[in-house]
Amino acid sequence: MAQLKWQLGTVLEIRQETPTVKSLILDLRDWTTHFAGQHVDVRLTAPDGYQAQRSYSIASPPEDKYLMLTVERLEDGEVSPYLTDVLRVGYQVELRGPIGGYFVWNARDSRYNDSPLLLVAGGSGVAPLMAMIRHRAISNSKRPTTLLYSSRFYEEVIYREELDRLVANDTSLRVIHTLTRRQPQNWTGYGRRIDRAMLAETAWLPEEKPLAYACGPTALVETVANLLLELGYESGRIKTERFGPTGG
Amino acid sequence: MAEQFISRGFKGRRRGTNSELKGRIPPGQYATEEFPVLSAGPTPRTLLERWDFSIYGEIAEDLKWTWGEFLKLPRETATVDIHCVTKWSKLGTVWSGVSVDTLLEGINLDAQPDVGYLIAFCDGGYTTNLPLADVRGGKAWIAYEFDGKPLAPEHGGPARLLVPHLYFWKSAKWVRGFKLVKEDRPGFWETAGYHNYGDPWKEQRYAGD
Repeated sequence: MAQLKWQLGTVLEIRQETPTVKSLILDLRDWTTHFAGQHVDVRLTAPDGYQAQRSYSIASPPEDKYLMLTVERLEDGEVSPYLTDVLRVGYQVELRGPIGGYFVWNARDSRYNDSPLLLVAGGSGVAPLMAMIRHRAISNSKRPTTLLYSSRFYEEVIYREELDRLVANDTSLRVIHTLTRRQPQNWTGYGRRIDRAMLAETAWLPEEKPLAYACGPTALVETVANLLLELGYESGRIKTERFGPTGG
Repeated sequence: MAEQFISRGFKGRRRGTNSELKGRIPPGQYATEEFPVLSAGPTPRTLLERWDFSIYGEIAEDLKWTWGEFLKLPRETATVDIHCVTKWSKLGTVWSGVSVDTLLEGINLDAQPDVGYLIAFCDGGYTTNLPLADVRGGKAWIAYEFDGKPLAPEHGGPARLLVPHLYFWKSAKWVRGFKLVKEDRPGFWETAGYHNYGDPWKEQRYAGD
């Protein structure tokens, strides 16, 4: 297999998604298309040759011309503060990818054609799931899909307006929010960490042969995967990806 | 790229002066004090009463140990640096378990030099492939303790393979045995775009590296 080569992407746009999260929209000359759910490695090089690498999920669907990476600024991070604080439109970023052939969903893949999708996100772990949701919308898939999305505060919900728009135009897509730390007045979503009762109320029944993807901090992903098993989901149909402060 | 690209405005963390430490971190890796968890699916739970470790395949007689038998095998403690392909390295981790040499002791591998590989198989369906040479000669263990405590399920407990000189996905969690084979056959991540061998010092992260 050919090596994944490092390439330069030019920053076309930077979107402030939440106070600590930005999306970078990159123009890449030699991008071969990816699957929703895959990630890239970003490599930064200092003038003295020192390098640092981290992985970031791709938030854009394969159909988009440009690549979107959604980056959460980590206080003790080395790469993420550069990407969120230093990087400007017109700068270049070195990266390679796409990487990862397991935590992916392809609307045209016939293997799981009749499976509804359960997507469970914690914080910026929503990024690869958003690539799936966008891919699903663009490819006009009506696959019944539920996104259960846990954030700490309303202000920290990434892609909130876009998700609202997508739901308004698509009866087969449900987005359920839970805000774990503080809820605005008149909040109709959940207001606690994801637990068994919440999954029992929102997740597809195991008889519907759902396909589940969970991405977020380790504690959330472990909890969700264990609870889904308890609810009767097949182990091989629960795919997990973990994001955490150690993502750097 | 012919010319080295410099990331505009990137300085990086203050570089430590500890060159001994620096020499222990492979290219593209960073040291962490934490112990991140990475797995592709739910954490399997196997009752110890039902746990066993088996070796089969190209072998005259299959081998099998129950949990009780396994704990009675000679125990070794290894202090090693581990390197995850997702870029973190953790230095000086302390593991206890059974050396793979001990498990292979009863097999005359030198008499059948064409059996050069193994496939580690695990609860949950995970597999990974390794050359036999990489698990012999004091290079690999089946570890059941981390830091003096029973290995936690999310880190691969009750027991995981430990092959610290390769990227950590080769150190299969929830390992239940080896299949010895003549021909190499890529495992779970090896068929999903990751490198077949995975030497962190050569930065063999992905197929083609």
